[in-house]
Amino acid sequence: MSLGSIMLSSGVLNPQAVEVAKDDITFGVDGLIRYNLFGHELWITTTHISLLVVMIVIIVFAVIANRCIKKADPYKVPGKFLNLIEYLVESIDHMTKANMGEKHGLKFSNYIGTLFISILLMNFSGLFGMRPPTADYGVTLALALITFVLIHYNGFKYQKAAHVTNLFKPLPLTPINIIGELATPLSLSLRLFGNILSGTVMMGLIYGLLPKVILLLVPAPLHIYFDIFSGAIQTYVFCMLTMVFISNTFEDA
Amino acid sequence: MISNEAFVLGCSAIGAGLAMIAGIGPGIGQGIAAGHGAAAVGRNPGARGNIMSTMLLGQAVAETTGLYGFAVAIILLFANPLLGKL
Repeated sequence: MSLGSIMLSSGVLNPQAVEVAKDDITFGVDGLIRYNLFGHELWITTTHISLLVVMIVIIVFAVIANRCIKKADPYKVPGKFLNLIEYLVESIDHMTKANMGEKHGLKFSNYIGTLFISILLMNFSGLFGMRPPTADYGVTLALALITFVLIHYNGFKYQKAAHVTNLFKPLPLTPINIIGELATPLSLSLRLFGNILSGTVMMGLIYGLLPKVILLLVPAPLHIYFDIFSGAIQTYVFCMLTMVFISNTFEDA
Repeated sequence: MISNEAFVLGCSAIGAGLAMIAGIGPGIGQGIAAGHGAAAVGRNPGARGNIMSTMLLGQAVAETTGLYGFAVAIILLFANPLLGKL
């Protein structure tokens, strides 16, 4: 079966490169190593590899930053790298405080900061020739489900039973309320997935179809748009919507 | 004589093209949001940062419906569920 490729998720089925007219157009999830787990046939795909690379980069950055902060002398002016770390932490703290209120904001800055840095690096990994992990529905759905669990955990924590009874508030609208709750993780994950996947597909087509000479000039500005601009905007939007949804549950209803 | 598979694949390609008509709506919506954002900055240049972030958030939400169409088109083209029904 030539078109049985799994674009959408690093799947359980057999993922193959998308076969188009030319062989060098690949923007699907490629399966690299096959293994069996409890009788299921599973694959190590390009998503896992680039996710691993992103994780290693983040871990190395975190270890270096930790060393740097521990050695820092509070009576001296901070150096360049320390300044960068302080700016990063302060801007994330500022963002969460501005959107979730002074009272609850700092509790969530850890989660939002982790989300921000990891999604940003995942989106930027397209610049380095890897397939962005966020162009795989398995990754974005997992991220959105974490947010979904957090929303309802905080809902039960702050609104108690009202979190459930709010669903029945205008009684005829109950089905719409329930669908609305379930659509939150779906739209959150599909937004990130669709944006990054469209960039990946378009870059794959451009790299595969244009002659080699033009490839020296054309892809650079498109990478700026699809990888850097679109990636940064979608990272911001994902974090922003997570903060808005979670802080909606703080109000007493 | 067209084979069954070729017929399904051709119709899926047409369907994918039709699904991308969904791109019209978000285009108009994002344009309206950007226009009003520009007007707001013109009226109150001091609030540029807040207006920018609100505008980008609204545009991203407006884009969702277009992305649903895109997801349908991608599924029809590369992970066709209809071929399995033959």
